[in-house]
This record gives sequence, C-alpha cells and structure tokens, in this order.
Amino acid sequence: MSWILIVEQSLNGLQFGLMLFLLAAGLTLVFGIMDMINLAHGSLYMLGAFLAATLVQATGSFAAGVLLAIPATALLGMLLEMSVLRTLYARDHLSQVLATFALILILNEAVRIIWGPDMPLSVPAALSGPVQLLPGMVYPAYRLLIIGVGAAVAGALYLLVARTRIGMLVRAGASNREMALAMGVNIRRLFTLLFGVGAGLCAVAGALLGPLFAVQVGMGENILILAFVVIVIGGIGSIRGALVGSLLVGVVDTIGRAFLPLLFGIFFQPRVASAAGPAIASVLVYLLMAVVLYIKPQGLFPARG
Amino acid sequence: MTRYLLALVWAVAGWLPLPAQAADKVKIGFISTLSGPSAALGVDIRDAFLLAVKLNGGKLGGLPAEIVVGDDQFKPDVGRQLAEKNIKLDKVNFLTGFVFSNIMLASVPVAFENKIIYVSPNAAPSPLAGKQCNPYFFAASWPNDAYHEAAGQYATTRGYQSVYMLAPNYQAGKDSLEGFKRFYKGAIAGEVYTQLGQLDYSAELAQVRAAKPEAVYIFLPGGMGVNFIKQFVAAGLSKDVQLITPGFSSDQDIIRAVGDSMLGTFDAAHWALDFDNAANRKFVAEFEKEYKRLPTVYASQGYDTALLIDSAVREVKGRIEDTEAVRKALKAAKFQSVRGSFRFNRNQYPIQNYYLRVVGKDSQGRLVNKTMGTIFKDRGDAYVQECSMK
Amino acid sequence: MGRAAPWIVLALALTFPLAMQAEHQTYYLSFASRIFIYALAATSLNLILGYGGMISFGHAAFVGTGAYVSSILLSEGVASAWIGWPAAVAASSLAALVIGAVSLRTRGVYFIMITLAFAQMVFFLVNSMKAYGGDEGLSLRERASLGLGVDLGSDFAFYYAALAALAAGLYGLHRLAHSRFGRVIQAIRENEERAEAIGFPVYRCKLVCFVIAGAAGGLAGALLASHGKYVNPNVLHWTQSGTLMMMVIMGGAGRLWGGVIGAAALLGLEDLIANHRVDWLAAIFPNYQQHASLGVGTVLLAIVLFAPQGIAGMLARKKHA
Repeated sequence: MSWILIVEQSLNGLQFGLMLFLLAAGLTLVFGIMDMINLAHGSLYMLGAFLAATLVQATGSFAAGVLLAIPATALLGMLLEMSVLRTLYARDHLSQVLATFALILILNEAVRIIWGPDMPLSVPAALSGPVQLLPGMVYPAYRLLIIGVGAAVAGALYLLVARTRIGMLVRAGASNREMALAMGVNIRRLFTLLFGVGAGLCAVAGALLGPLFAVQVGMGENILILAFVVIVIGGIGSIRGALVGSLLVGVVDTIGRAFLPLLFGIFFQPRVASAAGPAIASVLVYLLMAVVLYIKPQGLFPARG
Repeated sequence: MTRYLLALVWAVAGWLPLPAQAADKVKIGFISTLSGPSAALGVDIRDAFLLAVKLNGGKLGGLPAEIVVGDDQFKPDVGRQLAEKNIKLDKVNFLTGFVFSNIMLASVPVAFENKIIYVSPNAAPSPLAGKQCNPYFFAASWPNDAYHEAAGQYATTRGYQSVYMLAPNYQAGKDSLEGFKRFYKGAIAGEVYTQLGQLDYSAELAQVRAAKPEAVYIFLPGGMGVNFIKQFVAAGLSKDVQLITPGFSSDQDIIRAVGDSMLGTFDAAHWALDFDNAANRKFVAEFEKEYKRLPTVYASQGYDTALLIDSAVREVKGRIEDTEAVRKALKAAKFQSVRGSFRFNRNQYPIQNYYLRVVGKDSQGRLVNKTMGTIFKDRGDAYVQECSMK
Repeated sequence: MGRAAPWIVLALALTFPLAMQAEHQTYYLSFASRIFIYALAATSLNLILGYGGMISFGHAAFVGTGAYVSSILLSEGVASAWIGWPAAVAASSLAALVIGAVSLRTRGVYFIMITLAFAQMVFFLVNSMKAYGGDEGLSLRERASLGLGVDLGSDFAFYYAALAALAAGLYGLHRLAHSRFGRVIQAIRENEERAEAIGFPVYRCKLVCFVIAGAAGGLAGALLASHGKYVNPNVLHWTQSGTLMMMVIMGGAGRLWGGVIGAAALLGLEDLIANHRVDWLAAIFPNYQQHASLGVGTVLLAIVLFAPQGIAGMLARKKHA
C-alpha cells in the first residue's frame, strides 16, 4: 500500500465529506432552530441538480447553469416553506416526518412529470481530465474543484453564522428559541430566509455531485439519511458539529470502502472481501452514530445551552 | 358504520376486472428497467421490440399483439410484483423484457409456476443454462458469460500479462468474471466486486492506479459503465491502462454519454451495426428512422425477441394456448436474426458467433463499433452439460 | 366502530375468496393476502407508535429480520412453518430487545434517528450476506408448509393463513390495550414524567411493548416472505419504515383498526391508480397511472395536515356527531 493511495483516498473522503456538509448545514439549522424534521431536504438536493442540468443546457455554460440553479432552488425552498412547512412547526415530530415523507413522494413524481426520470449533466470538458498534484500523484480536476468549492462555502457559512447579525440571530434561535422570540426576533422572516439558504446549499451539492453520480429521481434519498447521521453525530443545530460530523462520516465511509476490502483480502477470497468490505463500511457510519449517541446523547457539539 | 361497509362492498365489486378475454390476440407482458441511471438499456429493448411489432402491422404471427409495458424501477421486488400482475391479472401469453439478471431471476419463477413462457431479450444467467434449466425459459440474447469469454480470449491473443477486473456483486457479475477468466491466461492484478448500482468509483480507481495493471476489464452495464469510464478518463488512467469491455459497455448509449475518449476501445459482442444481412440492414435503417438514434446490442436483442415470438405464433397457427407446441416452435427459431446465424442449444440458450469490435468513426464521422474479426464460431455455453432437458 | 362492524368485516373477509375463486381472479386473492400482511405489520407498529407514543423510524428492521430468518430456514430446507415462523418471531423479538434497550434511553428526535440508524445497520448487514443472495435477494422454491393437510402453496389457503394471523394480531392488540399493562403504556404516552413519578417502571414497560411489536412485525415479515416466495433487502429500506408509518397515520394512530385501514387504503389506492384506468382522468392527464405516488403523497399530506386522527378517527367522529 503506497502513500499515494492513502492520499488519494483521503482526498476522496474529504470531497465526499464536504458535499455532505453542504446538505447537513441546511438541515441542522432548520432542525436546530425550528425544531423541525425535514425529510424533504433530500428532494431539494434533487431539485437543485435537475434545475442545474436544465440551466446548464439552456445557457450552454456549466458555471452559469450552476450559479443560476442556486437562487432558483433557494426560491423554490422558500416557497415550500411558506406554503406547507410553516404550518408544521407547531406540530409534533411524527406529523413532520410524515408530511415531509409525503413531500418526498410528491416532489419525486413532480420531477418525473416535468423532467422525466433523469437528466444528462456532464463534467465541463475543461475539467474532465486529471491534474498533477505532486510527482507521481494525479487527481481528477473536477473532484479538486468540488473540494475547493466545498471548503469555500463551508468557510463562508462559518463567517456568516459566527460574525454577522443574521448569524447571531440564528445562533440565538438554536440555543434558545423562546428567548430569541421574546427578544423580538422576527422569527417568521428569519425562518423563511434560513430555509432559502439551506435549499441553496442543497443546490450547490446537487449541481456539483450530479455529474459525478447521476441526476435522477430519488437521488436524494440515500444521501439524506447520511446527512441526518451527520447532524445527529455533530449535535443538532450546530454548524461546527455538522462540519466535524460530515468530515468524520465522509472519511469513515471512504476509508472503510477503500481499505476494508484490502484488509479483508488478506484473509478471505476476493468476492467475500469486496462484498463484506463496503457493507461493513456502510454499517460503520451508523455504528459511529449509535456509539456517539450512547456516550453523548446530544451529539458531539450540543447547540442548546 | 354499516353504511360505510356496504359502500365498500360496492366499491370492491365495481373494481374487479372482467373475466379473461378469448384468445383472439396475443398478449405480451414486457417488464424492464425503464427509469434510473440504467434505463437506457430497457428503453432500447422496448423501443426495438415495439418497432418490430409496428413493422409487422401491429401483429405477431398473424394475431393482433397487445404489449403491456411495466417498469421494474431496477428493483427485484417490483419486477416480481409486476410479473405476478401480468400473469394473474392481465393474463398475458408471453413474458419478456428484463435487462438485469437479478431482477429477472426474482421474477421469472412466477412465469415458470404458471407455465408462461419467458423469452429473454437480455439476461441469460448461468444457473438457468445448467442445473436449473427450464422448459419455459428461452434466451434470445447470449449467455451471460459469452461476451466475457470472448473478451478473455481477446486479452490472451493480444498477450496482456496483467488485467484488473471489476464487476458488480451479483449473479451476472460473477458469471462475467468467471467467463473472462476461463479464456484469459495472464495474471490477474485485481478482482473487485462493487455494489450493484454504484455510481462513484473513486475508491476503486485509486486501487487500480496503485495496482498498475496493463489492462482493465469491466463488466458494468448501464449507468454504472458510463460513470466508471468517465471517471476512469478523469482520473488520467486511460493514458497508461488499456480498457477492454464487453460489447454493451462500448455501445451507442455509452458512446453518447462518454464521447471521444471511447475511440479505440476494443470489445466483444455477437452483433454490430455494420453486419451485412438483409434483416440487419432493415432493422438499423428503420430504428434510426423511428427513434433518431443508432441502435445498441440491447436494441438488436429486443428486435430479435419480437421476431422470434412472431415466428413461433405463426408456426402454431395462432393456437397459443398449446404451450407445448409453442415451445417446440420457439425452439425451431425459424426467423431471420439480425445477428446472422442463430440456433438454440438443448438448454434453450443460443449457439452463435462472437466478434471483436473496435470503436471508430463511420463514413459520416459518427463514433460506432466496427467489426474486426471473429473470436468464436458457433459457440454455446459452458453449462449445457449440467442441463437435463433434451 | 359499531359492535357489529368487526363481525361484518370478518364475514366479508371469509367469503371473499369464494367469490374470487368463482371468477378465476387469483390476483386479487393474492393482493388481499398482501394487504393482511401489511396490516399486521402496521398494527404492530401502531402498538408502539399509536399506543406507546414511541416514534420508531426503523420498524422495517423487524419485518425484515422476520422475513430473512424464515427465508433462510426455508432455503436451508426447513420447510415447516411451525419452526420457521416461531424462529422468525424469536429473532425479531431479540432484535427488538437489543435495539429497544439502547434506543429507549434516548428521547424525541434522537429516538427517531437512532431507530433509523439501527434499521440501516440491519439493512447493510443483510445486503452483505452473499450466501443468502445479498442485494440480489433470495428466491424461495416454495412457501413454508403448515402440515395438517393444508397446502399454503395455494393462494386460497394462504389467504386464510394471513387472515388468521391478522385476526390474532388485532385480537391481541385489543386485549393488550385494555389490560393494565396497556393502560400504563398509554399513560406513559400522555405524560412520561408523571408515570415515572407515580412509580411505574417506565423504561421496562416501553421495552416490553417494543419487543411485542417487534415480534408481531417479525411474523408479518415471515408471512411476507412466504407470500412472495422472494425476499430482498428492500424490505429493510428506510422508505419501508416510512411506508409503515404512513399506513398507521393514514388509518389512525392509537386506534385498533388504524393499521388495517391504513394498509388497505394505501395498497388499494396504489392498485386503483396503477391498474384501473379512468378514462376522463387519462384524457386530462395522460400517463397518470405511472405516477401513483403523486396521488398517495397528496392524500397522505392532506391527512397529516387536515385529519391527524386518520381515517378511523374520521369515521369515529362522524358517528359521534
């Protein structure tokens, strides 16, 4: 096993973790501040990807398409918040889970009706090749871009939450909602805005991951569960927790997927090794969550004080 | 309360369908993967099947044909439920359509139990060729490992010394790599089984890079192959490592998605666009006219499946209730296949030729597969001895 | 529900196969069996969700465990339902005991998420069991056999077996809900702190309730596997847990018939949209039949927003009005 392999796999883990963070950030804020479980968050990721695919086609430019898809998805997210989700804030978690589960079904079919089951979206030609990072170490250019954008967005989000007035309101809301309300924060507008930001982040993740995976109906369902795992590990409502949780999950998942088969390969036949490896790697993530919850029931960085 | 229950009884009574109709037409259940990243395969099979029926004046073997199309959504349980619906509710005479072996294997037992013939336009897994061969199963395509045997033979002929192999972890994946290894004599640099439906191959590609093989052989049908090949090129591996694929992984659907980096890829298949026989010339021309795209091997199989059923229904003069007669007629395979020579082995799997193809440009500058030579002549499969059927 | 209603339903259910047999419509016989099985699974979830107030987002884990244990036994040649089904129930109970013991220490949102996490673990473990099909699933040669001269291979006999299991499940829930234990469980749902203060062993009661639900879910799973003669990891997918919750809420959480009504309504609605073309609707909206879940989602959303008591609740309210 060479160091190049280890570096390459770590970059893969970082890339996946940062994209998870974009999803988890919006989810954790909505969850932490509005105390609202939104399963339809994954549908916004899907909508973002479909919008990006359409807009890339329409404008003929990858960058323009992706940049336009972000406000478009944010707008859709805000519309969704104002029409349906707002009425759910006061309801119990069960109603929220079910209503947003229903929204998944509805949005999946709506996308299928509007766009069909999938849309083509390709890596821009200029980025479709590899880049030499170090002597003997090349890495796909597009994945580097994802890492760059992910890191930049994470940084910007941190500044937004830690340094601005809106960020202060958000933190106040996350740590004590009633108090923030009592202090005269316009919660309704803040919620809608926040939801828009979360949807925009979904669009960034959907548009960037779309060319790597596939832009298709139902694409948000599995990644949504991982995003939930992330925020539960990190502590609901905490941006810092979401970042740590994302990187942890991204790295554990990729490293597990990459190195467990190698490790198992020493002991078992290839078919057994490469079957058990990924399966156990997938379980590792949930095991991590169960262990964290058992030791720290509020997650690693509890937002509520 | 009782009022509601009475209403319910009425509702249920009105809901039940009418009893089965008389056999003045042939009804075919067509279930395939028509959505998701691997939908292109099922769509090609369906389009070609429907094209054949259309060119036949909406008839199969002289009887008006009704095709009930269902989408298995790439889920075995959905496929199985649809098969049950097709057989018990729609009362179809034939079942066909499945692309993926795992979905087909979950679903066809419903057909076998009800003595409905399944004609496979694609999946032809090894168990059904050998020990579990079944009188109600006909493969109008090619045995799952045939392309891979041919590709393995090609890798040996070319003298590759180390090959890295990748396939999804399911029956067809296992069949494929077994087939490749049966004829490939060099060293194996790695043998990796990925999740079925996996779309991100970054971890696997890093391992390929570390293993430094001469060639990579993949069995990744549909969207999996598209993603793998794109990511293989993006990772810069295509410069140092030769990619060898089974025919369908270098076919029109993949070429459309991947583009020029496919140029020069070698693959093995039982059919190519440029086959010079009357049936194929008609098929390629009509398909392109109808759907504005070039057909893939999948499309050729869908088309042949319809022709095969057509020939059998004609042979029994429309008496499709006589399943034994229909079986006999199918087995005779009296139709002009677009692949040229075709006949059934005693396990009802094909005996046919396999060819080496390379991705190049045709006279109009389009990327297409060109036939380079014959790898196997009149090849059956490795499992027929285990089949007890006569 | 009126006092006569359950008997009318039972009488209808008992005579339904005769009508189907006369019409040669085995599809709807098999379809009705599927409804019964899902109704049993939903009823078992209703016990913890509706009566116990425990929002488990991982009930598919128990149904799936039952389905897999019975299928594995069948594929290993243990054909008797008298061994396979109790084994499925035992395995699911054990799974529920372990998962419950850990999960019930958490509250609220964390409980929802940890049950989901455990279900995902089982999902991925089953996915990796290549000896039993892995993600390809496991096809069974035949259904479990009951002996006693009954051939469960026929849809006719299987229908009655599924009906009997569901009837037993409903009767059990009815008895349980009116027992002392059932009242404690419902008291805990209403106010956990108070129940604790009064001196009830809250954690232990919840755990017992959780295990009973897991056991019934396991039986439903065993029936499901035998019914379809096929099982694959999708029975454990998290959306399955969501579907079961959907059935409970549509039907009426915390109401005896909630699970049954929910399962029948949901599966019926799906079949109605997919298999029964309505011409005037198709004229406005061609291909509407391929988009069944749009209708299902809309109905569910409407129920959650406007009728949180579910269909059973609506029926009951009408009667009182």
